[in-house]
Amino acid sequence: MLDKTGIAKRIAKEVQDGYYVNLGIGIPTLVANYVRDDIEVEFQSENGVLGMGPFPFEGEEDADIINAGKQTITTLPGASFFDSATSFAMIRGQHVDLTILGAMEVSENGDIANWKIPGKMVKGMGGAMDLVASAENIIVAMMHTNKRGESKILKKCSLPLTGVGCVKKVVTNLAVLEVTDKGFKLLERAPGVSVEEIQKATEGTLIIDGDIPEMSL
Amino acid sequence: MINKKVNSVSEATKGIRDNMTFMLGGFGLSGIPENAIAALVKSGITGLTCISNNAGVDDFGLGLLLHQKQIKKMVSSYVGENDEFERQMLSGELDVELIPQGTLAERCRAAQAGFPAIFTPAGYGTEVAEGKETREFDGKMYVLEHAFKADFAFVKAWKGDAAGNLVFKGTARNFNPCMAGAAKVTVAEVEELVPVGALDPNQIHIPGIFVQRIFQGEKYEKRIEQRTVRTRE
Repeated sequence: MLDKTGIAKRIAKEVQDGYYVNLGIGIPTLVANYVRDDIEVEFQSENGVLGMGPFPFEGEEDADIINAGKQTITTLPGASFFDSATSFAMIRGQHVDLTILGAMEVSENGDIANWKIPGKMVKGMGGAMDLVASAENIIVAMMHTNKRGESKILKKCSLPLTGVGCVKKVVTNLAVLEVTDKGFKLLERAPGVSVEEIQKATEGTLIIDGDIPEMSL
Repeated sequence: MINKKVNSVSEATKGIRDNMTFMLGGFGLSGIPENAIAALVKSGITGLTCISNNAGVDDFGLGLLLHQKQIKKMVSSYVGENDEFERQMLSGELDVELIPQGTLAERCRAAQAGFPAIFTPAGYGTEVAEGKETREFDGKMYVLEHAFKADFAFVKAWKGDAAGNLVFKGTARNFNPCMAGAAKVTVAEVEELVPVGALDPNQIHIPGIFVQRIFQGEKYEKRIEQRTVRTRE
């Protein structure tokens, strides 16, 4: 079974040379740490920066240079700053190649819910609705089940949706799943996790086709 | 040169009244019009509708206005950092319209640029699109979103001049350029008001035509919400 870092490491393998990538808050933010260093990738943050670098050294934080999670950041050579309309032009206009974000629920037709639990928690959608409505390539990083052990990989989302039919791939602590017309196709198992365990933790339709390889990190 | 310079924040906020709609720039606490917000708090006006990506934190930014119950309605995309906001929203004291961040930016820009509305794919098939007109273009569905109508836009820039020209720094730019010129009156506050002619015309982010009043803020706290650092090896 993977921890959050493991999920980030596995997703980092999906990042290809020449990609502009938007990373959501939480596990997705960690992905930047594990991208191969022999490829060129630029990270976009929707609050208005392209070419994000690592966190600053202590004493070098600048209140005017933050990411969408409001964390202090640095920029790399070639970076640029821009306003929010331009930022979402990059996103809606499909100039960003890959979007990686977290989710509370994902359904087998590619719907995603991650912004609201009615009556309990409302943080807002931020840029997530714009990202999922437009991105060609969306990978969701999430835990397979909630704290009560209930599946978050569902036939149908129960929470208010963020986007419909948009998720292409899901990487959880247990598995890598591809969203297909017929349901979640099991592509890989997390180290030490059996197909049976994945099946048990998955409420949505799970397609198991032949031997399922264990993922390499 | 048409002079937009005013000498104080009270002069800059002249005309604010109860029940008005304001746009306020900033992302989190970065690039917020700190001095204008302080003046709004001091004014005690109520029944406000505030269009702003976030709602500040409990004790800073728009959180200060929320604490005094001066805000009737917030139009935002993300409010996760503010407990008082969440409390007022869940209890029904505060009317909240949560909209996608890109839609928020574009509804400001539409108002600035003279478009009555725009079509966006964001939110299609979700509760954000409920009751709104939708339309198909080239096989994809879009939602009609209207331009905002606001009485004042309060924006914050790094540098500016008396002509109203603005230059922003880093990610403190965010919604500020989209809101400049998107309301009946745009009030710009800057960290440094420089002499006219000192800014290179090639490097100006927002031309003065979008700004009606400009002043140099008395002080900037520039709080950091999530101070994150790495250790030196």
